[in-house]
Amino acid sequence: MKNYLLVVLMAMTLAACDQNVKPDADAADDSSGAQVGAVDDAGAGQALSVSYDEAAINDANSVLASRVIYFDFDSSKVTGDFVELVKHHGKYLSANAGASIRLEGHTDERGTREYNVALADRRAQSVKRLLMFQGASSSQITVISYGEEKPAQLGHDEEAWGLNRRAELVYQ
Amino acid sequence: MMRYLLTFILLGFCSASQAVLNIEITEGVEGSLPIAVVPFQWTGGVKFANADVSAIIASDLARSGKFSPLPNKDLVAYPKQPEDVHFPSWRMIGVDHLVIGGVKQEAPDQYLVHFRLFDVLKGEQLLGYSFAATRSSLRSVAHRVSDHIIKSLTGLTGAFDARISYVTARQSPATKGVTYLLQAADTDGFNAQNLLTSSEPIMSPAWSPDGEQLAYVSFEHGIAEIFIHNIYTAKRELVSKFKGINGAPAWSPDGTRLAITLSKDGNPDIYILDLVSKSLTRITKHWSIDTEAVWMPDGKSLVFTSSRSGKPQLYQIAVAVNARPKRLTFEGNYNANASISSDGKTVCFVKGENNSFKVAVLYLDTGLIQIVTDGPLDESPEFSPNGSMILYASQYKGKPVLEAVSTDGRHKQRLGLSDGEVREPAWSAVKK
Repeated sequence: MKNYLLVVLMAMTLAACDQNVKPDADAADDSSGAQVGAVDDAGAGQALSVSYDEAAINDANSVLASRVIYFDFDSSKVTGDFVELVKHHGKYLSANAGASIRLEGHTDERGTREYNVALADRRAQSVKRLLMFQGASSSQITVISYGEEKPAQLGHDEEAWGLNRRAELVYQ
Repeated sequence: MMRYLLTFILLGFCSASQAVLNIEITEGVEGSLPIAVVPFQWTGGVKFANADVSAIIASDLARSGKFSPLPNKDLVAYPKQPEDVHFPSWRMIGVDHLVIGGVKQEAPDQYLVHFRLFDVLKGEQLLGYSFAATRSSLRSVAHRVSDHIIKSLTGLTGAFDARISYVTARQSPATKGVTYLLQAADTDGFNAQNLLTSSEPIMSPAWSPDGEQLAYVSFEHGIAEIFIHNIYTAKRELVSKFKGINGAPAWSPDGTRLAITLSKDGNPDIYILDLVSKSLTRITKHWSIDTEAVWMPDGKSLVFTSSRSGKPQLYQIAVAVNARPKRLTFEGNYNANASISSDGKTVCFVKGENNSFKVAVLYLDTGLIQIVTDGPLDESPEFSPNGSMILYASQYKGKPVLEAVSTDGRHKQRLGLSDGEVREPAWSAVKK
């Protein structure tokens, strides 16, 4: 029971910092391809002019404290404010070659399990491309796709689904 | 609308774990053939509850969806020998077929199971066999009898003397984690065997054609890897651990190759891994998602899911380098995760529409599609070895369960787990 409460609390926290969770019957398909360099995600082309020192990652008030990117249904496109968020992490990785992350891709429970593994992989790859565009090195990033196997939120409704369609940046 | 025409529950006997499958027939026995299975007489020993051979046969026949076994209380007589059978009285109550038999204990762990199948209308014996068994193989022998009866009366190769595998997930309040189990059991949920326990996900178990090995994906080392696991020797081999996705293993019909999904070259694509030479052949090459390959029974082509048209659809591709895929599904924007019947004529898959995911059947000769389940979160459909049933994962009262539906959608049964979640069923072709 304690565990359940913790999950709910986490979900509420996540929901609070996420304005982009929405159901999308006809989300734009990610047709950008996964060829490195073919980044055409909105705003990705502009490099960010910030610099982070190594300790910035431990600052709870920094934008870097947000490490979850949410996606639309059946889409692997990084949208809205999440583009900016990923760019900040890219800058951090770029400035701190010793830092490394594990990028975990996830989906909601809808759809088939292996397709969801593939979809979650593409979500993580989209984030990886954005990070690299800011100067992060491929060797700093390990991608793993869990598909629908590790939901952040249990439940069979739009709220749970929105919280589960995500990529998580895990600093190591 | 659920029709509880016939409901019975079998409590599973479980040697290696706590997980127990309960099977209920939930929908539709109309059009099934009335059959009487007379309780078998035990001689030379005492019947034990876990191996009530005639009850196992009756429940298999009911689960096939083709037969309605008479309840014991409606039996007009309990004949033990052929000469005791009085056909007119069975005709009177409208029974088409009759099964009689017995179990004879010949030595401490030696049994002989004998049975006869009669055509009541003609007053003729259709089958008569006896099988040797040990105490531990009695249930298996009972399933074999069911397979013989089904084959004789329907022409379908029986599939009850087989194993099903499935993945269970249990939330552990103590550790805040989930425990994943890969298990195998008889087709009626009995004799559950624990093959793998992990704190990381286990996915996509697939039986080898000889029914001895399972290929599956395990995240036990923090990454996705494909293993092959012999269920009799417990020997395990790591066969695929490329960078990125290692997923969706599917055995070739001759058991020498695995179709798998890898993302090592940038995108999820389909490859064939030769299990003997360990060589890898890339089959698809597209920037979209290609995954969930299954083999046509002739081994010459694969059916897979691809998002190359924008949304997941089913495609067929020859097993050859640079082959061009042919699109199979056009209706709707989510058609995925195919399984192919053993005659190669029918494909079952997941069809998603308006947030509801249902199992559908595609008839390849006509291109017609029939939806056979109610959703809303049905997945992992797989044909039984004889193609008459589809086993799939579903939700019942918010809890993951396995269900089986006849290919025509008329007959349904539920395999619920008494503890934890159950998912990703796979049905072996034969039992060793």
